[in-house]
Amino acid sequence: MTVASSPPSRLSLRDIEGTPPKPKIREKRERDGGGRGDGALAALFIAPAMLGFLVFLLWPTLRGIYLSFTRYNLLTPAEWVGLDNYVRMVKDPIFWDSLTVTVEYVFINIGIQTVSALAVAVLLQRLTQSAVLRGLVLTPYLMSNVVAGIVWLWMLDTQLGIGNEIIAGLGFDRIPFLADETWAIPTIALINVWRHVGYTALLLFAGLQAIPSDMYEAAKVDGASEWRMFWRITMPLLRPVLAVVLIMTVIGSFQVFDTVAVTTAGGPANATNVLQYYIYGAAFGRFQFGYASAMSVALLVVLSAITFVQYRLTRAGQTDLG
Amino acid sequence: MTAVTATTTKVRRTERRRLSPGKVVAWAVMAAMVLITLLPFYWILRTALSSNTALAAHPGDLLPVDLTTGGFERALGLQSTEEAIAQGGAGGGLKFWRYLLNSVVVSTLITVFQIFFSAMAAYAFARLRWRGRDNVFGLFLAGLMVPTIFTLLPNFLLIKQLGLIDSLLGISLPTMFMTPFAVFFLRQFFMNVPREVEEAALLDGAGKIRIFFRVMLPMASTPIVTLGVLTYITSWNDYFWPLMVSYTDSSRVLTVALAIFRSQTPQSGYDWSGLMAATLIAALPMLVLFGFFARRIVSSISFTGIK
Repeated sequence: MTVASSPPSRLSLRDIEGTPPKPKIREKRERDGGGRGDGALAALFIAPAMLGFLVFLLWPTLRGIYLSFTRYNLLTPAEWVGLDNYVRMVKDPIFWDSLTVTVEYVFINIGIQTVSALAVAVLLQRLTQSAVLRGLVLTPYLMSNVVAGIVWLWMLDTQLGIGNEIIAGLGFDRIPFLADETWAIPTIALINVWRHVGYTALLLFAGLQAIPSDMYEAAKVDGASEWRMFWRITMPLLRPVLAVVLIMTVIGSFQVFDTVAVTTAGGPANATNVLQYYIYGAAFGRFQFGYASAMSVALLVVLSAITFVQYRLTRAGQTDLG
Repeated sequence: MTAVTATTTKVRRTERRRLSPGKVVAWAVMAAMVLITLLPFYWILRTALSSNTALAAHPGDLLPVDLTTGGFERALGLQSTEEAIAQGGAGGGLKFWRYLLNSVVVSTLITVFQIFFSAMAAYAFARLRWRGRDNVFGLFLAGLMVPTIFTLLPNFLLIKQLGLIDSLLGISLPTMFMTPFAVFFLRQFFMNVPREVEEAALLDGAGKIRIFFRVMLPMASTPIVTLGVLTYITSWNDYFWPLMVSYTDSSRVLTVALAIFRSQTPQSGYDWSGLMAATLIAALPMLVLFGFFARRIVSSISFTGIK
């Protein structure tokens, strides 16, 4: 794949924003409404986004919470049942199973992805500065999860997949990667690592760019090895960035759905029945919209807790949000 | 990018010593990573160009087996049903061009409107003065906390009530007006445009609307292109939401069609070459799009670009 060459724009985002942990110098903002206001104009500018926000984000959020307290099958009006759905959820062994499966998936997926992405990012920083390589590692991210799932389903096929051809060629037994209860979740986790590792690596790389290169030069003069520099310079300085990237990817990882849908459809024997897949089945397979909403709220609570942890971790504040 | 090229020359000079064993290992790791990244792409191509019936006999061949374009013909619906079944296909028609068009329409609608409306809002948050501005922005930011997946069920019900189920507009609407991320991302940029630029235009007698179109938007072309390409790729690859909303070919997008194509398994086993041809055709537009803007995107994925 050729990377189309355009003249490097003098005004790249990074120059303008100044990446953390450099302190940002920003002009002081005036207080709301001070001086001559632009009220009417602002209303005009904000109207479309505001409409979208209220109709497709705020309202659905409130409605989702409301629905979790009802029984609703799309055909008859929703009927208020109080905490029934939540009681049912707590007693539902399949729900707990799917939560366990999801957590297992997140652990494997995030563990391997973070280590690999960190390795790639550091190699891109210390070994080569090739922009072409940076473009190449991003290519899997251009595929949809559906495509990634189908491709690996083929490559890992027990009888015909190239993966098992190599394994058999080396004299081992073929592994039914996606048809085996033990292998299925780690395999799906790895498929998604393949798709996202490059993007994650580039985010970390952006964080690494903020570390002044003369720190490495100085350490080199003192005779420090690359390994030592990594632990003494890179890791401590990258930690805040790493924390944010980690939380973000964890939140994304919890919402796994597409890959499961096209590879195993929750099987074998519910071994890959991740939470999102179970919720989807409850809503569109069994038309239990109330129960599906209650499980969505549970997921929302889990993810909010993670976001809160992130907020606490990064409150040292390098971004407007932190 | 510019900063990077400046440092490489300095590094080069110190590195012209011999290859240390550590460096060899590092290059080996890098090469392995690139190989794992790219191998599937080659395997898609190799399989797509193979004859489906011959694949079973030579699963390990590195080159296409019985070179044929049959897979592509089946994916594009160019083969007759009998012919397709004879070659191990499902014979289920795949109205490929229809799905491709649907994907293009949905992704274009979402990208163009979302970026434009988000840029307008971002400008109002960054550059206009009005009562309650910071509170409203805080509300938008709170929207970042809600995972997309949480709003899908209620949004499905809303689209259903609006009578837009199974329509391209129904698929596009929820993200057509804004995403909190897009507003936040562009606001960051507008905040950092020097005030003098705006003041100079005001002195020339330009109104704020004119400034937005003539000064701010052109200045923000780099972040807008980056955000635009990422938005396009995201909506092109989306599966869960279109799966909920579309029921028939009239609104089916490529990702959903692919998953259906995969589930139409013939008795004899998968039509792997047809499937791989279909995935390749589905992914190709994004590879081309990325190829055009790669340099700009790769250098401007910045750390703030992830919140």
